Amino acid sequence: MPELSGIGVGRGIAAGPVARMSPPPPAPADEASALSTEAETQRVQVAVAEVAAELEARGRTAGGMARDVLEAQAMMAQDPTLHDAVATRLQAGKTGEYAVHEAFAEFRATLEELGGYLGERASDLSDVSQRVIASLRGLPAPGVPDPGHPFILVAEDLAPADTALLNLDQVQALVTIQGGPTSHTAILAREKSITAIVGVAEAGSLTEGQQVIVDAESGTVITDPTQDQLDEAQARRAAHAAQAAAPITPGALADGTAVPLLANLGSAKSTEKAVALGAEGVGLFRTEFLFLSADEAPSVEEQREAYQSVLEAFPGQKVVVRALDAGADKPLSFLNDAPEENPALGLRGLRALMANEQILRDQLTALAQAQENTEADVWVMAPMVSTVEEAEAFTALAKEHGLATAGVMVEVPSIALMADELLSRTDFASIGTNDLTQYTMAADRLLGSVASLQDPWHPAVLRLIRQVGAAGIASEKPVGVCGEAAADPLLAVVLVGLGVNTLSMSPAALAEVRAELKLHTLEQARSIAAAALTAATAAQAREAAQGAAQKS
Amino acid sequence: MSSTRTVTVASSQGLHARPAKLFVEAAQASGAQVTIAKGEKSVNAASILGVLSLGVERNDQVLLTAEGENEEQTLDSLEQFLTTDHDEAS
Repeated sequence: MPELSGIGVGRGIAAGPVARMSPPPPAPADEASALSTEAETQRVQVAVAEVAAELEARGRTAGGMARDVLEAQAMMAQDPTLHDAVATRLQAGKTGEYAVHEAFAEFRATLEELGGYLGERASDLSDVSQRVIASLRGLPAPGVPDPGHPFILVAEDLAPADTALLNLDQVQALVTIQGGPTSHTAILAREKSITAIVGVAEAGSLTEGQQVIVDAESGTVITDPTQDQLDEAQARRAAHAAQAAAPITPGALADGTAVPLLANLGSAKSTEKAVALGAEGVGLFRTEFLFLSADEAPSVEEQREAYQSVLEAFPGQKVVVRALDAGADKPLSFLNDAPEENPALGLRGLRALMANEQILRDQLTALAQAQENTEADVWVMAPMVSTVEEAEAFTALAKEHGLATAGVMVEVPSIALMADELLSRTDFASIGTNDLTQYTMAADRLLGSVASLQDPWHPAVLRLIRQVGAAGIASEKPVGVCGEAAADPLLAVVLVGLGVNTLSMSPAALAEVRAELKLHTLEQARSIAAAALTAATAAQAREAAQGAAQKS
Repeated sequence: MSSTRTVTVASSQGLHARPAKLFVEAAQASGAQVTIAKGEKSVNAASILGVLSLGVERNDQVLLTAEGENEEQTLDSLEQFLTTDHDEAS
């Protein structure tokens, strides 16, 4: 089995030895201990001391903020209250593993009930619990390995807590068994320009220390490569590095047709990086970061300040701000706390905002004030729009607040199909390909088992985009793409061929897309798009586009 | 015998995160048996989980109780700790 396949993220390539992330130990069963209470107590004490020492040592190595987190975890392991809770269970004749598991779970529940910051600490506590249980069983500690040399990280999947601690100098590439193109791992990899392949079902067969090449462009993991293969990989790495170092020019096709390349931003923190990488504005400014950690909506003043700090970085350039997109994977209790069977199909996006109109009004007010104080060209758009009426209502409300350019996201097939009627009532459309793919394919984008359907190359998705692109051309209204599809260089060319005017992506993807656009004229982009549209499957569409692109 | 003191917490993040860790370290180092109470709930100040579970916010009043050696001295240093804003530096 020399090659494994999965879904590549970006076009990176890397080689190195495998280090596997140990899975968390299975939950211990409630069994009577075969040992005396004293012997179990002794075992737990040894395990706890070992885990605390390990966490403290890791904290000293990590330094900074991570040190405080790790030292706090070491304190949790040795916590006297927890110690009492474990002792009570040991006296009742439970095993050390079960006593630790249950005592930690009880505290975890308490912290989760308190919510907010304390709810987040609950996962720290789980991590400590799993470490102690692994130690009791003589298993390696779960979590990101640290072999002390560069490695290829192979994991079932990565949680946000794992990725925060990744040492990017050591991790050459990520390979995960689970996950689709929009999973946490994929998003992190794209943001940080880490070579990654997700959804590699057979990656479980990779062994510790085994040499592999991870080729994200073809989505393959080559095991035990030959020297020739390693040399080729090295040459491609060098070519990528050269491309990334190429001078930054405005996005354009070979014939000079301008295709502005914009950045997707999730907070004010990443603006500098976007500007440095040549973003010609912002195609998607997500505003959720202001709301997600709050129990109530932030004030107009707080919002204005946050918006202003992003707008200030782009004087004279376009910044498309998306109104709060809550619900589904980003629930906010003050918007909608009713439990839903299918949150992706529930009261989310613009639906939730219309049901809480004051929150939307405050956001538009703050944005209009920020616009007054800066020189950016502010556009505002509504998320998760399904009908023409919704688009009309949002556009009217935005204008009422003094925002001159208002549009909507096209993420739901119903509004893509109505694109001509839509664009006669609003100023622009921005296609969110992640959700458009999820809703077109009826496949939950967060669910690994249906990840293969989450492919924006699917001709059904491309046909919908064609419809929106055509409506944009007919109405002379701008159509952009701000989903992950815009970050796939060849797909970016297809999108332009379908009538898309601007592409917005993670800043890390700008260089590759810029380089690819320069290789094709508008006419060629249209033939590449036409080739992809004739396909019956996602794989065929990709192949057909690759074939047509080689003729450029 | 034990001594008590009521203190208003100044740290802008309350007793979460780093201040909670530092407070527990100070309580452990004091050598005295210290409890911290908010409202009706009282916990061992040497327990980070206990302290976290109080959910102490800025400007909350807490009651410190120390028992053992150097009670007054322990309360003095813990009071000083709680009335300082430890988040300003970070």
